Parts: sequence; structure tokens; C-alpha cells
Amino acid sequence: MQALTKRSKVVSNKRMSFMEKIYLPAIIKGMMITLSHFFKKKVTVNYPEVKRPIAPVYRGQHVLKRDENGAERCTACGLCAVACPAEAITMVAEERKAGEEGLYREEKYASTYEINMLRCIFCGLCEEACPKEAIFLTDRIVPSTFERHEFVYGKDKLVEPTAKDERVDITERQNVDTVEFKKHKEYAHNILYTKNTLK
Amino acid sequence: MEWGDIIYKSILVVCVFSVSLLVAMYSTYAERKIAAFLQDRLGPNRAGPFGILQPVADGVKMFMKEEIIPDVSNKALFIIGPSVAMFTACMTGVVIPWGTELVIGGKHYPLQVTDVNIGILYLFGVVSIGVYGIMIGGWASNNKYSLLGAIRASSQMISYELAMGLSIVALIMMTGTLSVREIAAQQVGWHWNVLYQPFGCLLFMICAFAETNRAPFDLPECETELVGGYHTEYSSMKLGFYLFAEYINMFISSAVIATLYFGGYNMPFIGRWVHDPNWMAILGTVFFFCKIFFFIFLFMWVRWTLPRFRYDQLMNLGWKILIPLALLHVAATGVVMWLTGQIH
Amino acid sequence: MTVYLFYLLSFIAILSALMVVFSRNPVYSVLYLIVTFFAIAGHYVLLNAQFLAAVHVIVYAGAIMVLFLYVIMMLNLNTYNEMQKANWLRFGAVVSGCLLMVVLVGSLKGAETMQPGAVHDANIGLVSNLGNVLFKEFLLPFEVSSLLFLAAMTGAVMLGKKSIRS
Repeated sequence: MQALTKRSKVVSNKRMSFMEKIYLPAIIKGMMITLSHFFKKKVTVNYPEVKRPIAPVYRGQHVLKRDENGAERCTACGLCAVACPAEAITMVAEERKAGEEGLYREEKYASTYEINMLRCIFCGLCEEACPKEAIFLTDRIVPSTFERHEFVYGKDKLVEPTAKDERVDITERQNVDTVEFKKHKEYAHNILYTKNTLK
Repeated sequence: MEWGDIIYKSILVVCVFSVSLLVAMYSTYAERKIAAFLQDRLGPNRAGPFGILQPVADGVKMFMKEEIIPDVSNKALFIIGPSVAMFTACMTGVVIPWGTELVIGGKHYPLQVTDVNIGILYLFGVVSIGVYGIMIGGWASNNKYSLLGAIRASSQMISYELAMGLSIVALIMMTGTLSVREIAAQQVGWHWNVLYQPFGCLLFMICAFAETNRAPFDLPECETELVGGYHTEYSSMKLGFYLFAEYINMFISSAVIATLYFGGYNMPFIGRWVHDPNWMAILGTVFFFCKIFFFIFLFMWVRWTLPRFRYDQLMNLGWKILIPLALLHVAATGVVMWLTGQIH
Repeated sequence: MTVYLFYLLSFIAILSALMVVFSRNPVYSVLYLIVTFFAIAGHYVLLNAQFLAAVHVIVYAGAIMVLFLYVIMMLNLNTYNEMQKANWLRFGAVVSGCLLMVVLVGSLKGAETMQPGAVHDANIGLVSNLGNVLFKEFLLPFEVSSLLFLAAMTGAVMLGKKSIRS
């Protein structure tokens, strides 16, 4: 049989020689191996101080974007909830009242919008489904807590702050390919749709 | 005995006691650090610089934990178990010569609590009753795993005590004394016993590993088979006592190995540069502790390298290999001594 | 000082020896027996026989009693499944106990009349003296007893072996 790696060895149960039977040479050999690891570079990353680099298209905690005037973009169409394979998204739609134009961009908006972070698989299909460019996944990590209900994120945690300098930056994620991809939502179901077919 | 002597001995006892506890405390830290380093990790580094306060944090945690005494356990024995383990672990330190002697104002202060003329036998006696802590605790827990751990501990201790005693017999034949202090004093300069009896030293070290229940002989607390072994039911500081006793035992075993076979407090070549006896004593103690720390490191190094023995392998090694080899070693020592004319 | 120690040790020894007999739980009996052995080892130390004391602790308290405890723990002899002993068995036990008592009292009475003689050498219990006596005066009994042990060991191995096909 062809060996899969160079280091593979054929197992045999042959009788051990005297040197093998006294084990000590093998023990010393093993101890030398562990000792050599003693001086090797450590692989641990000191997490809060040092962070492992993450991909620009990393899919973390969601954000509900506002437009440039500070109005919520979401129109509660429910496409994200439909697209969600884990059924993590629920929402309640409501009609915009007069005088609320500064708060909501569209005539219909989501009065509640909840994502269950325990169900979410961070696939990004909601982002892809959104026709209003309202929901995006960011590079933020969902923090852990002790209670289950705390993982159901409402609008208070999902909608980004109004102030310009506190807005959640998603430009990092929106590289050329992603933006191009998003333009052609009609192909999104097609798994053969790749970077190459775009060009 | 004068009052001065009594006060001096009391101070020395307290010193030995606190040093054992301190070393055991930092052994837990060292164990975790060394395990991490051997596995390409960093180990505890959050409590204080380099995690140096980790043992303190662990101790506080142990004390704050809820104390659980199982309802079906034998309550009195459940408490006595860890106490016996800790007590016997702390008792061994008194016969070990930690250094030569200090001369202050014309008075001699030996750095050893007491020089019993049967020092080695005293060590053996204390070690052999150390197993009761494990046995009583394991039985009193009223738990199958604990009981199995206790039973394994007792049979392992008895099996390896024999080989240990026989390997020591050869050493006693050579040195001609049972006093630990004299054995240490005989190894002046480079006359370390390990150079004369390397094989006996090896046997003794293997048995010391088994007696302290350290890997690869940690069957009494084998996590993969017995949950936690004899201390499965223990929590809080009682568990802490068991774990701590193991580390103290390791410290004392290292000290015994260093004393009996590796020259104890003797430093080669030191006589050339230092002539003041007090400085000699202090340097000797420092050097002795360096040796002890090396052996503690060896204990941990072995633990994080070798896999655990299977139970039948353990018994085979003890009874069919180590004991015959130790007997042969005793006989060979006798023959060599007879040939070289040391005995008639 | 020594006298008080002697009385303390004797008190502990006798008390724990009685507890060995009166304990319902066999594990307690073994543990009390260990305490008794320690008290007796203390007596040896008082007699300046340190070697004997250490060996007593190592062999009896450290090895034999561990085996006792081992067996009792393995058999799990709890009080509730203790067998009810027949009356004739109890009667026999009382009679044999009394006989032992008579023998012990008789021998101790004989010892009382015997003069201690001039054997009060304080160093008689030290290792070198003991070795000299054991390997010069009592060499034959010593070796014979070792033969006895060898025979016992062989017997144990034979019993422990699975039945060998003849």
C-alpha cells in the first residue's frame, strides 16, 4: 500500500529485543523529545492582549445599519428571516407614523427585531437576502454570558448608534467581490456562482 | 537539653515545615508551568507577573469552595483520611540533613531537626503509614471509584516498598550506617553514592515514583478509569490536602534521592574557594536545594512524557522485575564488597 | 517524664486493643489495631530499641495491616450483612478465650518470679548489637524462620495459581 505520509510506519508485533525490553532507552528518547519542546516557541496567543488576525470577510455579530441621516434602513420585509437556515430571526413590522421620517427610512419598519445568537450559525445569508442593505455581519464576536435569554439580541443591541463616529464600520467586509456579488442577488441561490463567473 | 537547644530546634522545625509547604505550593505552579512548556503552551500567567501568584489564588479558591461530605460516607474517617495524608507527608522532613552545621558564637547548630540513628528506617516507616490516608479516605467515601483507588494505592505501595527497601539495603551495606546524616557526610566532594551504585539509584528512583503515586504510576487517581480515584468524593480544602500531600511527598522524595545518592549538601570543589564553615553550610544548603529542584523537575518531566502503566503491568514490574533485580543488586554488592576486602 | 509516657502509651495500647475487640465494624477494628501497634512501637522506643520500633511500624503497621485493611475493604464486611453466629459457636469462643487468658496469666505469673538479671544494657536494642546477636548467637533459628517464610510464600503462590493440569 502506498504510504500517505513520509512518517507513516508499518505496525508489527514482533518480539522485542533486550534493549527494547528494558524500555529505558525509549523512555530517555521520549524525555528528550519533550525536553526539546520545552524550548520551542509557544503557540499560545494571549487573547485579550494579542488577537489572532481574522479574515476581512469574517462573519461575526450582526448590525442593523442606519442611513447617512441616521434613519434605520430596515423595512421589515422579512426576507432575512426567510433566508435564515437556522430560523434565528424574528421581527414585528409596523407602519411609520407621520413625523418619524427621521427615524425610519422606509414607510414600514421593524418595531421589534430579534436574532437568537444561540441559533444563528453566522452563515451570512440574511445579509445576502437583504434588499435594503440594512443587515450586515461584522467582525465583532458575540460575547458569552451565563443566561440563555441574554443571547436573544433585540434592536437595542443590533441597531448601530446614531452618532456618526459611533457607527459600525463594515467597509472592511465589503471588498470588491462582495459588493459585486451583492449586485446580482438573482444568482445568489446558484452554487456555481463564483468569483470566476463574475468576470 | 537546654532551653537554647529547644528554641533552636523549634525554629528549625517551623522552618522545615514552612519550606516544605512553600515548595509544595510552588510545585503546583511549577507543575502547571512545566506541563504547559512541554506541550508548547504558556501555562498560568494571569495571577501576578508570570502567574507567580497562581498558587495563592488556587489556595484561596480551595478554601472558598463548598465543603461537601457525602451523606452515605463514614464522616469521622472521611475527615481523618486527608489529615493522615497531610500529617505523614509533613513528618518525613525532620530526619533529612538540610546542610552541615552553623557555628555561631562557638556553638554548633546542625541544620537537621533530629539525627535518629535509624533515620532511613524512620523514613520508611512514615512512608509506609502514608498509605493509610489514601486508604481510609477512599473507603470512607463509600464510592466504588474511591474504593478501587484506595485498593490500588495500598497494593502498589506494598509492592514497591519491598523493591525500595531492597535497593536501600545495598546502599546501607556500602555505607555501613542507617543514619541519614552520616550517609550524607560520607559523600564528600565527588564521592556521590550514585557513582558507586548507579543501578541501585535507578531502582530507588523508580520506586520513589511509585511511592509518591506520580505518573507513570498514578493508578490510584487514574482519571481515565476511576474519575478521581481515592479523592473522587472530596471537595474544598480536604481535596487540597490530598493534592498538597502528594506534592510534599514529591519534595521529600526528591530530598531523599538527593541525600542518599547525589551527595546531599556536598558540593564538589567548594573547599578550594570557601573556607568559612558558615558560608560552606549555607552554600551547601543552596546546592542541596538546587539538586532537590532538579529532581522535582525530573518528576514532572517524566509525568508529562510517559503514559500510565496498566495495572497488571505495574504489578509485573514491581514483583517480577524490580524485586528480583534489587535482590541481585544486594547480592552483587555483597560479592563486590567481599572481593575488595571491605567485609570478611 | 518517661514514666508518664509509659503510662500514656500503655493506656492507649490497652484502650485501642479493647476497641479492636468491641468494634462492630471490622474496618474500625483494624484501625484500632494500628493504633495499638503504634503504642507498642512507642514502648520499644522507651526501651531504646529504635530498630525494633521502626521495623515494627514498617512491617506490622505499614505492611501487614495494610493487607488486612485491603482484604476487609475488598470483602466489604458491613455490619448489616454480618452473619448471626450460632450459640454453640459463641460458647466455644468464650471457652477458648478464657483458656488463652489462663495461659497468658500463667506465663506472666511465671515471669514475675524470674529475676530480670543484669541484662539492662541500654544499647541492647541498637542495630549493630541486635545484628551481632541475631547473626551470631541465633543464626540457626533466624535462618530456619526464613525457611518457614519461604515455605509459606511458595504455598501462597501455589494456592494463587490457577489449577495446573496434571
